[in-house]
Amino acid sequence: MSTSSHRVWKYGDNVNTDVIFPGKYTYTVSHDPAELARHALEDLDPQFAASVRPGDVIVAGRNWGNGSSREQAVTCLVHAGLRAVIASSFARIYYRNAINKGLLAIPCPEIVSVVSAGDVVEIDMENSTLIWDGRQYSFPPLPAQVRKILDAGGIIPYLQAKHR
Amino acid sequence: MAMTATEKILARASGNSVVKPGDVVVIEPDVILSHDNSAAIAQLFEQLPHQRIRYPERLAITLDHAVPPPSAKHARNHQAVRRFVREHDIRNFYEVGRGICHQVLCEEGIVGPGMTLLGADSHSTHFGWLGAFSAGVGRSEIAALWATGELWLRVPETIRITLSGQLNTGVTSKDLTIHLIGRLSSEGATYKAVEFAGDGLNSLSPDSRAVLSNMMAEMGAKNAWVAPDDITWAWLENMMRRTRAHDCRERLAYFRDNALYADADADYAEHYHIDLSRVEPMMSCPHAVDNVQPLSEVDETPVDLGFIGTCTNGRLEDIAAAAEVLRGKKVRARLLVIPASSLVLRDASEAGYIATLIDAGATIGTPGCGPCMGNHMGVLAPGEVCISSANRNFRGRMGEPEAQIYLANPAVVAASCVAGYIIHPADLL
Ligand code: SF4
Repeated sequence: MSTSSHRVWKYGDNVNTDVIFPGKYTYTVSHDPAELARHALEDLDPQFAASVRPGDVIVAGRNWGNGSSREQAVTCLVHAGLRAVIASSFARIYYRNAINKGLLAIPCPEIVSVVSAGDVVEIDMENSTLIWDGRQYSFPPLPAQVRKILDAGGIIPYLQAKHR
Repeated sequence: MAMTATEKILARASGNSVVKPGDVVVIEPDVILSHDNSAAIAQLFEQLPHQRIRYPERLAITLDHAVPPPSAKHARNHQAVRRFVREHDIRNFYEVGRGICHQVLCEEGIVGPGMTLLGADSHSTHFGWLGAFSAGVGRSEIAALWATGELWLRVPETIRITLSGQLNTGVTSKDLTIHLIGRLSSEGATYKAVEFAGDGLNSLSPDSRAVLSNMMAEMGAKNAWVAPDDITWAWLENMMRRTRAHDCRERLAYFRDNALYADADADYAEHYHIDLSRVEPMMSCPHAVDNVQPLSEVDETPVDLGFIGTCTNGRLEDIAAAAEVLRGKKVRARLLVIPASSLVLRDASEAGYIATLIDAGATIGTPGCGPCMGNHMGVLAPGEVCISSANRNFRGRMGEPEAQIYLANPAVVAASCVAGYIIHPADLL
């Protein structure tokens, strides 16, 4: 069983794309990863971009990422080094974008209510389980077809590999 | 097996005789929508080995989100989009000033009943009002669609909303959608399709119906479908006579053949019934669309700016409603009116509405998104209060995070600008 350990950032319900990545930057901020990462969660938690560490995860409430279809709301987190967002539920387009950009988006309401900021959770992808404080919490596995895209690191790398 | 309209459209589009909720299908959408974000999508596309667009004739690109470009950076972005359009010979390209993608593609007859559209914009649910399946996806997926022409979709469960009766005077489809979102919440339809049905639809004009499908994005819906009927056909015919006179007849015949309807005994995940005569004027309060109050219970909040426009409520009917309120009056708060398309602007001028608005002290902007997403042309300063006919009032959406945005129907926006505080037109002296 291969699991990985991750430090938690904790947020509430209905965190929308405008506070994850402000709309005013969508056509002006370049694709420079460092610049995208710098604006991550700018209007929600100014601490985040300054002190997030590679491998950290966000644990949040319901409807994470509702609002705009902007992918920067995913890529800014990827470039900030975030490994996963674990939430009670995800907005539809955000969930698709996460898969297509290689960010783990894990719906698991049970663990959201017990975990606090600064805790460590373990992710076991093979068994679709999260582990916290010795207890296991399962989440629904992705359809095989979709899992292939996530495992490739997103839809662009997936197509690159497929057509090589 | 009986199917909902969404299931039928996705079954045909994926080459299956039957699909059911939860199935993952692959479709080749008829239309692939993008806008100012096309240059960013082109950069993703260029990372793919494909080089050529699979179906260039299926792409539709508008410049609408920051028009005319408010900065050199935005101008360079538009320039990159135009270069891409030229290089790949994209025919369905609409320049700065033509209007907002969702409005323009309807007017141009690019999308119609039974068709499928995937768009790099969250309000791509919009085209459901014409009986199409349309959903928003991300930029990378659009790049993948340009390259391969196909994408996976999960067949959604369908929520049926039956409408009966008629809206009272002073109540619009905007109030109906805000009411619904308040009732079901901003995630009430996440991953799901919404189907509107019932004889209440007979009293809703084309402009009003578009609001339904557009706003369902704010309930999390994947798509939001309305059955094409005589009102739809008449609108399509009138509009296409103006925008594509050369093949209007053929296009209409194609749409008629292509239309699909829900089976009478289809299975719905949830069912709601709304008596339109019981819907009140409603308001979304800061900072969430589902932070809903009946207008009668909202305090007389002072407003700095009113904004009438966007893909939700920037059509002729909306501007007419505002003009009616403003005739012979002056605004105390600033009022910004941005028609959703050049045709809307033209019709509104011809009807004299624009003159009425200007006489009342309103500012008229270039057709496009305006300040809706905080790009330019009317963004808010810290502490300012805006009452808007748009679809989203998230913190920071229209500029500064310390600003407040209320959402309402256009007549309420106009009346509030006259009074200087939030008020229903019926209460305006
Ligand atoms: S008007 Fe607003 S909601 Fe509509 S497409 Fe433009 S930015 Fe999006």
